[in-house]
Amino acid sequence: MQTAPHFNTIVIVGATSLIAQHCARQWLQASPARRLVLVGRDAARLESVANDLRVRAPQATVDVALADLTHAASIETMAERVQALCTPDAVLIAHGDLPDQAACQQQLADAQAAMVVNGLSPVLCAEAFARAMQPMGRGTIGIIGSVAGDRGRKSNYVYGAAKGLVERYAQGLQHRFAGTGISVVLIKPGPTDTPMTAHLKAGGARLASVESVAAATVAGMQRGTPVVYAPAKWALIMLVIRSLPRAIFNKMDI
Amino acid sequence: MVVARSWGRLSADEHTLSPLTDHPPKALALPAGGSGLAHGMGRSYGDVALNPGGTLWLTAPQDRMISWDGATGELTCEAGVLLRDIQQTFVPRGWMLPVTPGTQIVTVGGAIANDVHGKNHHARGSFGDHVGAIELLRTDGAHIRCGPEQHAEWFAATVGGMGLTGVITRATLRLVRVPSAWLDTETLPYDSLDAFFDLADGSEQGWEHTVSWIDCLSARDKGRTVRGIFLRANMAAPGSGEASLAAPAPSGRPLTVPFAPPISLVNRATLRPFNAAYYHLNRRRAGHARQHYVPYFYPLDNVQEWNRIYGRPGFYQYQCVVPRASGPHAIAALLHEITAAGQGSFLGVLKTFGHRESVGLMGFPQPGVTLALDFPNRGAKTLQLFARLDSVVAEAGGRLYPAKDARMPRALFESGYPNLSRFLPFRDPGIQSAMSQRLMGW
Repeated sequence: MQTAPHFNTIVIVGATSLIAQHCARQWLQASPARRLVLVGRDAARLESVANDLRVRAPQATVDVALADLTHAASIETMAERVQALCTPDAVLIAHGDLPDQAACQQQLADAQAAMVVNGLSPVLCAEAFARAMQPMGRGTIGIIGSVAGDRGRKSNYVYGAAKGLVERYAQGLQHRFAGTGISVVLIKPGPTDTPMTAHLKAGGARLASVESVAAATVAGMQRGTPVVYAPAKWALIMLVIRSLPRAIFNKMDI
Repeated sequence: MVVARSWGRLSADEHTLSPLTDHPPKALALPAGGSGLAHGMGRSYGDVALNPGGTLWLTAPQDRMISWDGATGELTCEAGVLLRDIQQTFVPRGWMLPVTPGTQIVTVGGAIANDVHGKNHHARGSFGDHVGAIELLRTDGAHIRCGPEQHAEWFAATVGGMGLTGVITRATLRLVRVPSAWLDTETLPYDSLDAFFDLADGSEQGWEHTVSWIDCLSARDKGRTVRGIFLRANMAAPGSGEASLAAPAPSGRPLTVPFAPPISLVNRATLRPFNAAYYHLNRRRAGHARQHYVPYFYPLDNVQEWNRIYGRPGFYQYQCVVPRASGPHAIAALLHEITAAGQGSFLGVLKTFGHRESVGLMGFPQPGVTLALDFPNRGAKTLQLFARLDSVVAEAGGRLYPAKDARMPRALFESGYPNLSRFLPFRDPGIQSAMSQRLMGW
């Protein structure tokens, strides 16, 4: 029987995102003596997140790496620099930015930027680290996708298309690494709330907390589950959404 | 606009929610002519953290720790950090918050703004006694850093200042060393107010934590005969195994009250049998025990959304403190009124405070004895009972706790908080709450 991997060294790309921050806290709470490398584009914000983690877990080694994640060349340089620093057991790719769909329809530049940050950039990051993991034959790559990638909807298809790209890409990586010690985990959160404000959203649908999405991410990467819906109920909801005949789906205002 | 409620679920007014997501927050966004108010976990009971029609600056995203000094126990963190996160992070390292209220799901900012207290007031004072520095952000963009020695007047106004002096963005807290994560407890039943005061006075030396549960419907003999359970405790000595620092809290699966029923589940039919059962169960358990700090300090945190048991009309909590000299008489009179009215609930708490004032101008704790009780909202009947309780408190020279209040009359507020006129100049003109409008006119 294969034992569960222990992630001594974890690289988190897009480390200032809320889901990433909470994953980092949960990883260190479960096992404080790890090494984390936080990758992002804003030095001050990264340092603030790193500080929080160092106070919470003084035994941890927390490094930061700055990178512009929108260009292939800088992603490549970032991955090389990180790998010169450490040998990651796990990489979580967590960056993204929910765009304004209407603005994307008005301004192609907005649509392009949204496609790059939510689709192209995450898959290039995954490719850069996959390349380094392949010769070792072990490791875990977690990528945050979205339920929005499961079917294009008028209310956010630019974002949905980018996340759909991430999904197809993750599938390809999973196929490539099948039978090796490398796991590729696609996490698909449903609509997620900012931390702990759910009690204010009386009446509306309950959004999942960031903590619960982070917990599902950490658990999914630990197990190497190929696709993780977070919370799990979204697997069923999206099965229904994907299965709806187009004639019915197109009448829905979602 | 989104409906925001406080813990008592008495109102459901719309607010503009504005999460503070920059670290640190750069400015407080307000529409022209509008007002705002910091809002953390919404655990205060009444309207101290509500601002109907206005803005609520949500502090929950401000949840980062900034620095820790393992030699002095000084923690600097953002104001939205939960007391739970502090306890979970530092108890395994042998440090704990010196003062904690009955729930750990509150923010540091809220704990300061309400100058919360715990079961160890006589030993450690209130939350503000352990704050070394506060950073305030004002609506005019000014940052004010204050503490007991630096801008002490701003510090005194902000501790217990109900969030009205500016938004607390960061604070430095002094934690205390603890030998273990466990407490040695002793449970003692009592059957009269005299017996309660004897136990409370006799426990001030030698016991860090004292509190008592009181059966608010058992008062006879003008309130002097009343049954209750007195609980005192000290941190347990370091030990191996179960008493070690790292031993996790006994994990019970959290329960959730799924919805608010149309009427309160706490009512005449349920209250008397519940209180009797609780009393007799604890009387049989009287004696010594060892308990982890989580169930000891935070017994209700494991029942998520327990405030729903009072049903859709919501509930009030009435918490007063009366000076010690008039205390026994006043508490007897309050219990007599409550028993006669047949209202109240099973969450009755009676406790003596130590001989120290709050470091805040508007802080609630003062030397004396405090009584806290939940009351299901039964409309005019409940408010009439409160009016009778108010007159007892006023006559005794006591005050009510703003963090629990949704209805105290302005006269009682003014008589209970004689520092009000010294406090008002520190208010931020862009900040107001439903409570400040009710009790201070704006």
